[in-house]
Amino acid sequence: MAIFSVYVVNKAGGLIYQFDNYVPRAEAEKTFSYPLDLVLKIHDEKVVVSFGQRDGIRVGHALLSINGVDVNGKFTADGKEIIEYLKDSTNYPVSIRFGRARLSSNEKLMLASMFHSLFAIGSQLSPEVGSSGIEMLETDMFKLHCFQTLTGIKFIVLADPRQSGIDALLRKIYEIYSDFALKNPFYSLEMPIRCELFDQNLKGALEIAEKAGNFGPGS
Amino acid sequence: HLKDDQSTHDTSKLNLILFTLTYGALVTQLCKDYENDEEVNKQLDKMGYNIGVRLIEDFLARSSVGRCQDFRETADVIAKVAFKMYLGITPSVTNWSPAGDEFSLILESNPLVDFVELPDNHSTLVYSNLLCGVLRGALEMVQMAVDVKFAQDSLRGDNVTEIRMKFIKRIEENLPAGDE
Repeated sequence: MAIFSVYVVNKAGGLIYQFDNYVPRAEAEKTFSYPLDLVLKIHDEKVVVSFGQRDGIRVGHALLSINGVDVNGKFTADGKEIIEYLKDSTNYPVSIRFGRARLSSNEKLMLASMFHSLFAIGSQLSPEVGSSGIEMLETDMFKLHCFQTLTGIKFIVLADPRQSGIDALLRKIYEIYSDFALKNPFYSLEMPIRCELFDQNLKGALEIAEKAGNFGPGS
Repeated sequence: HLKDDQSTHDTSKLNLILFTLTYGALVTQLCKDYENDEEVNKQLDKMGYNIGVRLIEDFLARSSVGRCQDFRETADVIAKVAFKMYLGITPSVTNWSPAGDEFSLILESNPLVDFVELPDNHSTLVYSNLLCGVLRGALEMVQMAVDVKFAQDSLRGDNVTEIRMKFIKRIEENLPAGDE
């Protein structure tokens, strides 16, 4: 999967649509005996590995489930504090799944809003007048592409740095938005997009883009 | 006309007559509901506005028109691209005010009114007022506040149909970044 996510941000900076296209990266489930040889700590309301790496479990991975039951932040599903639970030798052997913590929807909302504000920096820093906002943000793991329409809506795609054709994909997503969100009379502007047809067509467009296909007329 | 899309129906087969009849049914129903031409005109403008704010995105997504630098460019784009795309007609742009903030669109024909005659008891009804709302709503979404009204109406006895558009101001709130 070379296209990781799609975000749509409205004029006020609110996230109105989000779609993740990647398979969760390697999660590791292992059985541990007392004492636990990983050092855990609480970070952002989650239990993460702060020291110790083995068998695919890395520093920064979050604790996702204990004995097959998903945890709830820093508590187990039945409300016990995880760190305390794991200090008790009678709870062992225990099977724990670690993996990269996925962003929660609140976190995504905040990040989108932050990006909306940052976007303007592009045009403010520009030595020439009339510059656009941020169009691309690059890291070693992904490239973020942003397209802002004349009406102020932003379409953001996170993709593999080597993925091409994202510009065409952004325009295609604009078309899909103008068709399946806007032409749905029951969809209110600026609100979260909850239209099945929009989802379906967006997924289709992502598939085509990943296969490096072209959005020719009539596609 | 909209270019053919495999994912939606073939628009070239859409019958314009159905569109004209639908619009007519809409207006007559509004007349029955409100019984007052002024009120119907207002409702048509409101509905047009709601259409315009959505139509603009379709227009921008499908045409490759960029931001217009001045009102003259806007007028050209409206007449030559937008009207052509959605109604299949190309009105002419004339009667510019000296300040360049007002112009007229002269429509030789209007697909909405091909078969329509206004009866005497509806002499103040602006039958195609939907179009004014559409233009107003669409331009508002690209940060332009405009006033749009029919200056002449062939349905009410004038020789041509004339839409008068006046630029009021640029909408500065919520300007998309990079558009100063």
